[in-house]
Amino acid sequence: MVERPDVALDDLYREVVMDHHRRPRGRAPLPRVDATAHGFNPVCGDEVVLSLALDGDRVAGVRVDGRGCAICTASGSIMAEMIPGHTAAEAEATAAAFRAVMHGEPAPAGVELGDLEALEGVQKFAVRVKCAMLPWVTLVDALAAWREGRTDATATTEAEEATR
Amino acid sequence: MTATATTAVGFDPRALRARFPILARRVHGRPLVYLDNAATTQKPTAVLDALTSYYTTSNANVHRGVHTLAEEATALYEQCRTRVARFVNAPDPRGVVIVRNATEAINLVARSWGATLGDGDEVLLSEMEHHSNLVPWIMLARERHVTLRHLPLTADGRLDLAALPSLLSRRTRVVALTAMSNVLGTINPIAEIAAAAHRAGAVMVVDGAQSVPHMPVDFTALGADFLAFSAHKTYGPTGVGFLVAKPELLERMEPVAGGGEMIREVRLDWASWNEIPHRFEAGTPNIGDAAAFPPALDLLEELGMAAVRAHERELVGYALERLRALGWLQLHGPMDADSRGGLVSFVDPEIHPHDLAQVLDTYGIAVRAGHHCAQPLMRRLDVAATARASLAIYNDRDDVDALVEGLVAARTYFGLA
Ligand SMILES: Cc1ncc(COP(=O)(O)O)c(C=O)c1O
Repeated sequence: MVERPDVALDDLYREVVMDHHRRPRGRAPLPRVDATAHGFNPVCGDEVVLSLALDGDRVAGVRVDGRGCAICTASGSIMAEMIPGHTAAEAEATAAAFRAVMHGEPAPAGVELGDLEALEGVQKFAVRVKCAMLPWVTLVDALAAWREGRTDATATTEAEEATR
Repeated sequence: MTATATTAVGFDPRALRARFPILARRVHGRPLVYLDNAATTQKPTAVLDALTSYYTTSNANVHRGVHTLAEEATALYEQCRTRVARFVNAPDPRGVVIVRNATEAINLVARSWGATLGDGDEVLLSEMEHHSNLVPWIMLARERHVTLRHLPLTADGRLDLAALPSLLSRRTRVVALTAMSNVLGTINPIAEIAAAAHRAGAVMVVDGAQSVPHMPVDFTALGADFLAFSAHKTYGPTGVGFLVAKPELLERMEPVAGGGEMIREVRLDWASWNEIPHRFEAGTPNIGDAAAFPPALDLLEELGMAAVRAHERELVGYALERLRALGWLQLHGPMDADSRGGLVSFVDPEIHPHDLAQVLDTYGIAVRAGHHCAQPLMRRLDVAATARASLAIYNDRDDVDALVEGLVAARTYFGLA
């Protein structure tokens, strides 16, 4: 029989996660949009539509839209709360640190994960890691497109896996 | 309740469970309630034993040796073909090509029959198809400038047959449809559509992945030209599927893969093809899994496919009734059990299907959540995903009751009750 870690649902749906899921932040339209990306999880059909406003290379506003599960929604909501005020490079570092945690690796020193720590339990549910990562792979793609002078991009969680 | 329901259809699903060892396992400390049969069914002991027996007594390559093992292996492999032909009432085992799965069977038709199509020819599909019956045709359309058309759906998830006359024309060369939707459960009137397809001069390709395991399917009576299905959804092993075809059509088709087994004669720069169906089976096939499939068909024939359908019809009717009574679920597909196979897709407007399936899993209940390889249909239904419970011969009302309890528990868990 396959060895399974002893999983408890409450590990996945921690209180902070449920709170972000019930009242997702970052849903309001932005006054100005400088970069957008459309993220897609081909495994389940979940979608994240991300819009960013940037002041220079600093994120001024984030809007997360689309349809996803509680994990995806909470992860996007935490992102919307966390990254305004961060530079593009800082936001990317947070994405990389979160990805490390989701894959069971230690977070690099010096990166504050904040509410993202509440999603730590997701790593025990292998198929749900992509749900948590979807808003973040979409963010990374939006920023990459913005750097190249494009305003939109398309991300998938498959690419996230492939680059590992 | 269970007893009356089961005697009405002629077999006792609960008793059948003893023949499926995996159903005795526990998941998260609870008895497994397996409701993901449309993805793959569980395998009876007879299939598992046949697999072991093949490798412990008869393993050899097929069609290649005169020694005893090679003869036995060849006989077992060919017996699978004969049994499949009989099971779906195909005119001739020579029309049965053994492939890996339903997907490969449809790809074979799209590649090989598709090669006879040209500019301006049309293929008629529907909005409810599985990606397996969409993507091979999209690939063909890209290669050969063939036009794809799609039968639309009615509001309750049936094929809109009123649109058929306007979509079917002299240009239509292929009509390819699922006999039962893996999302909506809809059972489609294939015989009627096949007759119309033939009047228009088109061939009829039937995706039988969901119908062959769950209802009587008569290849000849349907008027099908090609029928695809998978052993693994029919209580058999993974890795074996079938393209059942009219032999005279296969005779006119070119192979899509070359190599051993499929040739008659090879010179350095020239080759001629073997007889059908071997022409389409290049290389060493999946002998062991093919050899292990007939016992699954024996089981289904022992129960009788009419009784299997009656059982699943009764059970899906019960499931529809109980799920509807909850009051908060969106149910997709026709609401009468006569038009639907044994599966129900549903959405709790307040709990994403992933989260729902996750909570159900902690109760040992296995359902599928996602787009079910039918993204165009998801778009048509305007949902990102659904949860799906799909039934089989070994499910009974207790399983449906467990599902309903799980759905209530999920609402409580998410603070909605
Ligand atoms: C309607 C339908 N067609 C085709 C398939 C493909 O079957 P397989 O993956 O065994 O090739 C499936 C299975 O998911 C199905 O439900």
